[in-house]
Amino acid sequence: MPDLIFDPKAPVPPSEKPSNPLSLDSLEAIEIALLVEGIYRRYGYDFREYAPASLLRRIWTIIQAEGVLTISGLQEKVLHNPDCLERFVLGLSVNVTAMYRDPSFYQLFRQKVVPMLRTYPSVNIWLAGCATGEEAYSLAIMLEEEGLYSRCRIYATDINESVLKQAKSGIFPLELMREYTGNYLKAGGTSSFSEYYTANYDHAILRPSLTRNIVFAPHNLVTDSPFNQFHVIWCRNVTIYFNKVLQQRVHKLLYDSLITFGVLGLGSKETIESTPHQNNFEALGSEALYRKVS
Amino acid sequence: MIKLIVIGTSAGGLNALSFLLAALPPDFPVPLAIVQHRSREMSDSLLPLLNQKSRLPVEEVQDKAVIQNSRVYLAPADYHLLVDTDHFALSVDPPVRYSRPSIDVLFETAAYAFQSEVLGVILTGANRDGAQGAQHIKKRGGRILVQDPATAYSAVMPRATLNAVQADWVLPLGEIAPFLVRLAGENKSS
Repeated sequence: MPDLIFDPKAPVPPSEKPSNPLSLDSLEAIEIALLVEGIYRRYGYDFREYAPASLLRRIWTIIQAEGVLTISGLQEKVLHNPDCLERFVLGLSVNVTAMYRDPSFYQLFRQKVVPMLRTYPSVNIWLAGCATGEEAYSLAIMLEEEGLYSRCRIYATDINESVLKQAKSGIFPLELMREYTGNYLKAGGTSSFSEYYTANYDHAILRPSLTRNIVFAPHNLVTDSPFNQFHVIWCRNVTIYFNKVLQQRVHKLLYDSLITFGVLGLGSKETIESTPHQNNFEALGSEALYRKVS
Repeated sequence: MIKLIVIGTSAGGLNALSFLLAALPPDFPVPLAIVQHRSREMSDSLLPLLNQKSRLPVEEVQDKAVIQNSRVYLAPADYHLLVDTDHFALSVDPPVRYSRPSIDVLFETAAYAFQSEVLGVILTGANRDGAQGAQHIKKRGGRILVQDPATAYSAVMPRATLNAVQADWVLPLGEIAPFLVRLAGENKSS
């Protein structure tokens, strides 16, 4: 994957002294604003409140992959070509995750949240921004080991339908399984991780029974409404791509979708401090797990 | 006028950073943001080790943390650290040149946000991360300081950056902190 945003060696014409592309009046900022506005009006995908630095990097990566030269060039291509839009959405929404990323988060969930879930006859869980499904399967395995999985339903959603397809397949590169096995053990796994998949050439195929209570479905956190009430919501390393205004709106959506005493899980470097509902939650420990108390 | 110092290092970086941070006074005004490549095993111990040595407070960046003077910000393990106008942002985009956090990503976004008011510092390291980021900083009028490869635990990273850009300064490790103090002093008088 190209990692260069501009060719830094290219000479800068004097009339085009580089200005801060994050400031509103720069040429790039104008082009990006027009691009995301156009995409919103043409297709309904709303990237207008994404955090500027990562948006800019990702857009330039897409520009190189699409073989166009400028942000405006990408705008023309994406507005006239729905296939290009699909690739654009993919490029802006692929989050690279891992099974049992942050094992201590899973450990705390097992210790503090699983006992609470035992008190409910049925449990609704929402993984918002599930990407390729690694977290959904990690959670399913944990719930299976705790004897809770049969009464759980995991709604794993993402803006991007092609990652959902991949998630549904339950197939992961075999080479990652060694790392995942380590994470699984650190996360407090009680069995042997290799029991949960079969190796086929260079792929690991997860046990089909793990998918039985997972619903993979498209949902857009930016433009869609709450769709259920949940006992648990995980939204990990998803809103880091949003600006502060959009983060606040999404946090309201998450709050509204949680039952009282429901649990919110965030990425390890995210916090509910400075969100509109910070006083409605209590922390469950040193990981980013919070219980809605009011 | 330097408003942000970004530092990148990999192999040998813990010692170099400890040495550098210990030599900066507690009232050193300019914020420092650091990417140190590290193994997962090392990831939990780095912050307390640096805090032990540093007289400035060192913290791992939380998403959207506002950049404040007289503080040291460390990229968290397994996240890219980006500069977004007056605050930091994190991403879990794919590793760049096998690295997450990536020095190139920090330097490049720091160059966007702070333009000519950013100083990039490359210390010891065994790969080429940071060289492209240094080009971005130079292109936007910022400055680059490279640890003298002869004094580096691993000279690969300083050499790669020196090959990629015309560095403004090349200094042995021991002279970097006093130099930064002088540079920050010029901020005040200008």
